[in-house]
Amino acid sequence: MSFPLLTATAVLPAIGAIATAAVPAARRDAAKVLALLFSLATLVLAIVVLVRFDPDGDRYQLTESRSWIAEFGVRYELGVDGIAVALIALTALLIPFIILAGWHDADPLETGNKRWRPTQGFFALILAVEAMVIISFEATDVFLFYIFFEAMLIPMYFLIGGFGDRAHQHGEETAATQRSYAAVKFLLYNLAGGLIMLAAVIGLYVVAGNFSLTEIAEARANGSLDMATNTERWLFLGFFLAFAVKAPLWPLHTWLPNAMGEATTPVAVLITAVVDKVGTFAMLRFCLQLFPEASKWATPAILVLALISIIYGALLAVGQRDIKRLVAYASISHFGFIIMGIFAMTSQGQSGATLYMVNHGISTAALMLVAGFLISRRGSRLIADYGGVQKVAPVLAGTFLIGGLATLSLPGLAPFVSEFLVLAGTFSRYPVIGIIATFGIVLAALYTLVLYQRTMTGPVKPEVAAMPDLRARELLVVAPLIAVLIFLGVYPKPVTDIVDPAVKQTLSDVHEKDPQPEVEAAK
Amino acid sequence: MENLIALLIAAPLLGAAVLLVGGRRLDAVGHWLGTLFAAVSFVIGLVLFADLLGKDAEDRTLTQHLFSWIPVEGFQADVAFHLDQLSMTFVLLITGVGSLIHLYSMGYMEHDERRRRFFGYLNLFLAAMLLLVLADNYLLLYVGWEGVGLASYLLIGFWQHKPSAATAAKKAFLVNRVGDVGLSIAIMLMFTTFGTFAFGPLLGTHEEPGVVTGASEATLTGIALMLLLAACGKSAQVPLQSWLGDAMEGPTPVSALIHAATMVTAGVYLIVRSAAIFNLAPDAQLVVTVVGAVTLLFGAIVGCAKDDIKKALAGSTMSQIGYMVLAAGLGPIGYVFAIMHLVTHGFFKAGLFLGAGSVMHGMNDEVDMRKYGGLRKYMPVTFITFGLGYLAIIGFPGLSGFFSKDKIIEAAFAKGGTEGWILGGCALLGAAITAYYMTRVMLMTFFGEERWKNQPTRSPEAPSAEPAAAQGGAAASGHAAAATGEPHPHESPKSMTIPMIVLAFGSVFAGGFFSIGDRFLHWLEPVTGHSHGHPPVSALTVTLATMVVLVIGVAVAYVQYGRRPVPVVAPRGSLLTRAARRDLLQDDFNHVVLVRGGEHLTRSLVYVDHTLVDGVVNGTAASVGGLSGRMRKLQNGYARSYAVSMFGGVAILIAATLLMRAV
Repeated sequence: MSFPLLTATAVLPAIGAIATAAVPAARRDAAKVLALLFSLATLVLAIVVLVRFDPDGDRYQLTESRSWIAEFGVRYELGVDGIAVALIALTALLIPFIILAGWHDADPLETGNKRWRPTQGFFALILAVEAMVIISFEATDVFLFYIFFEAMLIPMYFLIGGFGDRAHQHGEETAATQRSYAAVKFLLYNLAGGLIMLAAVIGLYVVAGNFSLTEIAEARANGSLDMATNTERWLFLGFFLAFAVKAPLWPLHTWLPNAMGEATTPVAVLITAVVDKVGTFAMLRFCLQLFPEASKWATPAILVLALISIIYGALLAVGQRDIKRLVAYASISHFGFIIMGIFAMTSQGQSGATLYMVNHGISTAALMLVAGFLISRRGSRLIADYGGVQKVAPVLAGTFLIGGLATLSLPGLAPFVSEFLVLAGTFSRYPVIGIIATFGIVLAALYTLVLYQRTMTGPVKPEVAAMPDLRARELLVVAPLIAVLIFLGVYPKPVTDIVDPAVKQTLSDVHEKDPQPEVEAAK
Repeated sequence: MENLIALLIAAPLLGAAVLLVGGRRLDAVGHWLGTLFAAVSFVIGLVLFADLLGKDAEDRTLTQHLFSWIPVEGFQADVAFHLDQLSMTFVLLITGVGSLIHLYSMGYMEHDERRRRFFGYLNLFLAAMLLLVLADNYLLLYVGWEGVGLASYLLIGFWQHKPSAATAAKKAFLVNRVGDVGLSIAIMLMFTTFGTFAFGPLLGTHEEPGVVTGASEATLTGIALMLLLAACGKSAQVPLQSWLGDAMEGPTPVSALIHAATMVTAGVYLIVRSAAIFNLAPDAQLVVTVVGAVTLLFGAIVGCAKDDIKKALAGSTMSQIGYMVLAAGLGPIGYVFAIMHLVTHGFFKAGLFLGAGSVMHGMNDEVDMRKYGGLRKYMPVTFITFGLGYLAIIGFPGLSGFFSKDKIIEAAFAKGGTEGWILGGCALLGAAITAYYMTRVMLMTFFGEERWKNQPTRSPEAPSAEPAAAQGGAAASGHAAAATGEPHPHESPKSMTIPMIVLAFGSVFAGGFFSIGDRFLHWLEPVTGHSHGHPPVSALTVTLATMVVLVIGVAVAYVQYGRRPVPVVAPRGSLLTRAARRDLLQDDFNHVVLVRGGEHLTRSLVYVDHTLVDGVVNGTAASVGGLSGRMRKLQNGYARSYAVSMFGGVAILIAATLLMRAV
């Protein structure tokens, strides 16, 4: 038996979580370093996965399979395709930066605060989330996936509810109340989605007799497992609803601005850049493979909802007065693009959507983490409390601008590639939806540049006059992210090479072919 | 030789990276480095030019394939370059004028503490603009297209501490993004129709037609109109012209390079490059000519009413690009002349802007021409070079503009039929207005009373556009109040006058040089094709008519601004004048419809999201499981409630698992 690489990649951060939590309360800094080391070690393992993965090989690689709950056919089955590999790499890449960015976010407050702010817990929870997210990307057993898909709500709940911005414009008591509200809302929305999914998971078992994604998908493909049309549709909806809450898709999105607004910025990044990706990933892996016919049946409705998300999220972002909520609504718009790309059912759309998940993770992390550095300096999330920052902190302003330009998908930066692929892939099958979605790029420019103008330009506000520029630790967080954004904007081939074969297989699962050009190119 | 193409772009790109990342330790040498990188690119351009000239007219194409950029099933975009006569012309214009303006900026930005960054942005602009004209496919062109937009954004807003500059920069980017929607859709249409958006297979060569010939006229018209939308955004054509006037908030060298000579002409490049598409879409071509004709009049009228010297020149730029777009819409009759006017305009308009910058430099950054007057005595070099640019733009016989603009007017008539008469008439009328507004600028600035005497040039509550270029350290800090004394007009330093002199040479001789023996026509024809059309009147008649309207335009301006004293405070003016001062009310329209309307829309959506969407989803949940009351209870901050809800969730999970076992 070969070394269980996938298990190791997921278990390592879990061990890290336990180890970090076990560090004595007085040795706060040791806990942080330990957490960082574990996240870096996980990154190394993820890179090994990336290297060992052969894009032209079998669909699922590095597979592991063990019996778990034999009487129900629940197995511990892991395996990764190109899409999963890309997202595992994204997760493992971002966590060290999230930890580094949140270095002081969970320090005990100096000024007589009664609340318990366990530094160790903060970092342990982040690692716990990482472990669960990674295993969700790896699981090829539906029940195994479900367990971790739901279980990650628990550490997330505590991360959102337990830790907020150090300074808050409305005072600590109000902040705590708002945080609790956001955490509970997050939990209830996702739990409700999860319960519906649970029913669908059980239903699937009743129909298929086991939980193995590969077995069911194969049976579906070769016709040995028939589902009544209605059964398939209900089961599809059960899965899709849970993923649409997590993704989040309009109108199930309202928990996200609360959660991202109240959580500390590293946690907000964790939500939107990492955890939410499980939702869109699962649409690709489970909805399309298990229920190909129902997926096609629901496509028109989903595309319309995705389109609404794009435009609505962007318009709402324009109207925000709070920096973090603005980024949250921008993310809703971006998730609209991802879902649109998935359900356009074209190679460009789905490759673009996968690439979009990666790029959005990095670009949002860059923008949001710099926003967090800004907020920690002034102690306010309100856009109106800033002005003229570029004059006093040019490096902070410059990196913020680059993060913003990535968010508005400037060509040359990574998100442009994925956004254009999604748009082109959608347009080739659904021209009208593609055209309307394209106007999202104007709105993206609007909310980004308005944010930059109001916070960074103009006369220097007295409150920001003494603001220090980025510190070494902060630069260490931002500079690599920006480098990745530029690299993947200029040379996305390493990612597309991994993703493309997986997308091809997914498309053949749903029996879809790309629309052919009307006029063949003379080559 | 092909491998040099990438170096053309790499030199200024490296410059931008070094200057922007290098930090303060490069402050002392940044401007030298930036100018050096621009000059290197120009020299490489010259080498490539010599190489092309050494080849047969039909073989003057170099291509370089760097790497596969976006390879996805069914979709292929490469980083590859295509250098032919058309892109070569642009390369020389961009790097040549670009290098001169780098040189000029060394003097102009001398007192600005962020000069290094300024040169970094200028280098970034050069790299992006070169990418735009050298890309061998539309998607890579798009990168350059938005790249120049970014550089423009950064440079218009260079003095970010001024709210007006920051707003102007944002506006320019946004209006351009509307145009970019057009470019995106055009590329997507190409992709779905042809499966490619690379120039070679799509547009073909003069020997072998491209795949566009296989598509329906409706599709091609769609693509062409989307490309036109993109061109309107970048080239400030009606209806997307509103950003250019505000863009004058940027430092004057930027206005000269980006908002006069090069970037704003990218739309013309796009149309001429896509000639194979436009030639097959006559309806779209008609729209192009209409946009050009309307804009050339629109810009000219706005230019007549502005008292701000840079905004008057901006109106003029809009108008002159209108001429180019009109010519490009005429098809093979006009392509060559569109580009020829683009090049001569690059010389004289850049020269005029640099002259304006020199005037402002000597006048404590005053931009209001009503507070100029009689400056010819104090700034002889500026006066002469500006004067030559003036003669060139109005089409004084023998100077550059005479040749290039005259050809466009001829070509417009040569389109034939009623359309030809209407377009030709507009072009003639535009020539008259051009003569009028440029004479007005000339007279108000260099002739007449010295209206700047005995009065401060600006009041503290109306800070000038160019704080950083002001004399003395206090003004350089960016706050205008320092310079309230009487100005002491003086000639600018050599680093500024030399570029002005070089450009003046171009303004005088380029047109003649291009036209003798139809040199420019023969150079460009293999790429764009050429036809003579059906001129209803002889070329001489057109030239004479142009001369007549020129004299009328100059004469009217002379009567109004030469014979009578110019009031220091602008008179109320007629309804048209007042409208023209406000850019013919387009901004007011935008403000009421887009800005106000948009604000109302987003504000109501924020409300809807908070109450309705949230409410309905929560409400649905409530009706299902009574969660609403629980939600309220949970908000009130009792730790126990969270714990209960938490364990509730976990319990559900466990129960579900156990249930599974029992089933």
